[in-house]
Amino acid sequence: MSQHRLDRSAIAPELRRIERRLMLKGALSLGGLSMLSGCALDDEPSVERALSAMSRFTDRMQALLFSRQRLAREFDASRITHPFPYNAYYDESAIRTVDPAGWRLEVGGLVSDRRPWTLAQFRALPQKRQITRHICVEGWSAIGDWSGVPLSMFLQRVGADLRAKYVNFRCFDDYSTSIDMATALHPQTILALDYGDHALPPAYGAPMKVRIPTKLGYKNPKYLASIEVTNRFPGGYWEDQGYDWFGGS
Amino acid sequence: MLSSRRVRPRRTPSPVIRITHWIGALSMLAMIGSGWQIYNASPILPFEFPAWATLGGWLGSGIAWHFAAMWVLMAAGVVYMGYGVLSGHFRRDLRPVGPRAIGRDMAQALRCRLSHAAGHYNAVQRLLYTGVLIVALLTVASGLSIWKPVQLGWLTWLFGGYDVARRIHVAMMTLIVAFLFIHIALALLVPSTLFGMVFGRHPSAAPEASVQKGAAR
Ligand code: HEM
Repeated sequence: MSQHRLDRSAIAPELRRIERRLMLKGALSLGGLSMLSGCALDDEPSVERALSAMSRFTDRMQALLFSRQRLAREFDASRITHPFPYNAYYDESAIRTVDPAGWRLEVGGLVSDRRPWTLAQFRALPQKRQITRHICVEGWSAIGDWSGVPLSMFLQRVGADLRAKYVNFRCFDDYSTSIDMATALHPQTILALDYGDHALPPAYGAPMKVRIPTKLGYKNPKYLASIEVTNRFPGGYWEDQGYDWFGGS
Repeated sequence: MLSSRRVRPRRTPSPVIRITHWIGALSMLAMIGSGWQIYNASPILPFEFPAWATLGGWLGSGIAWHFAAMWVLMAAGVVYMGYGVLSGHFRRDLRPVGPRAIGRDMAQALRCRLSHAAGHYNAVQRLLYTGVLIVALLTVASGLSIWKPVQLGWLTWLFGGYDVARRIHVAMMTLIVAFLFIHIALALLVPSTLFGMVFGRHPSAAPEASVQKGAAR
């Protein structure tokens, strides 16, 4: 059943493209004016290229604006959003779970120690807690309470090349995303194990979620399966479909 | 000086003003259309904008349009504002005049007896233009504050936090759209100003006559 859902979401971008092509035809027949107000302008290859060039420019500007010292605002426990909303590219009924004891985090790329990590190893490290605002690219936001291991500490432990450009995250729900090294080393970027006073529940990414309060929701992957340090641009699930890669707040 | 009785020798709108106006207008329209697309992804009011009025086929491309247009609008805005201040254009032509002149020109406007000449604005226009420029600045600033609530946290704080800033952004957009209805209606009512804003002068055929007629009708 969940397989069916996944197939649908996998072909959704393609369906959308076909749909838009049909709309483009309609728009063309109405002439240039309707093109201006139209919905299919961005389907024109030259427009698409110009938009993605601008998007890369926007990414560069975002990287320039980003400061490793500047912290996201932290809130009182009284400001936490109840219930914190569930959100993913699929329905809540399609959530996948793993046995926490059997779960391993794969480590790859430009690191000196590629041995997979267990949850117990993460639990043994100092934890940091944050009550911060999660902002979705759609515009809604919610305040949540996460704790876990700073990603910078983990990267140091595995001997990552901290001059590499990207950190890539893959998830066991077939989601993926990647971030710049500066954000990876930001003090509020954590590998979250807990939500509130309990281990992350399945809806929030059990057993591990990357919490990055300086980035939009789609850059905060849940259900983490692997971390890779790389200089090759890794893209991501939504980024490959057109969301800007930096996605910073 | 802006009344129908005295038509000053006409200044044509400077090319800098005209070019930045049209680049700004186009990018503003793109920002509004793509902004509606983004709004529809998570509406804060009990309505959505019709899909035909939005730019970008889905949220991701709406955002791409919004940011692409943002850079164009900001570039045009910086040139326009810089020129407007340094050349004295704002002080001379856009600075709102006293309430009496506004009342007088408004009354004349309602009787369709107001003089119009490109680059030569009556009291109502001055008020509208100054107002929309302030609103546009607030739109850009509130937009930046919800785009970068961490890096520009002070700006988000100034606007009352993320949720309030988002509502202010939508409210400012609404004011711009309201301005546009009036603005475009006036431009179409007095096409010679439209001509002037495009070409920098009045239709060469009987330029004086058209102004005099408009003025003294
Ligand atoms: C696409 C629709 C638009 C049209 C047809 C249009 C037309 C015009 C015309 C004809 C004038 C000259 C008026 C006169 O000489 O009496 C003018 C001036 C002006 N317009 Fe627009 N406009 C448009 C969009 C906008 C937008 C989106 C804004 C800002 C939000 C804007 C702001 C202004 C300002 C501030 C002036 C005064 C320019 C100056 O001299 O500094 N316009 N417009």
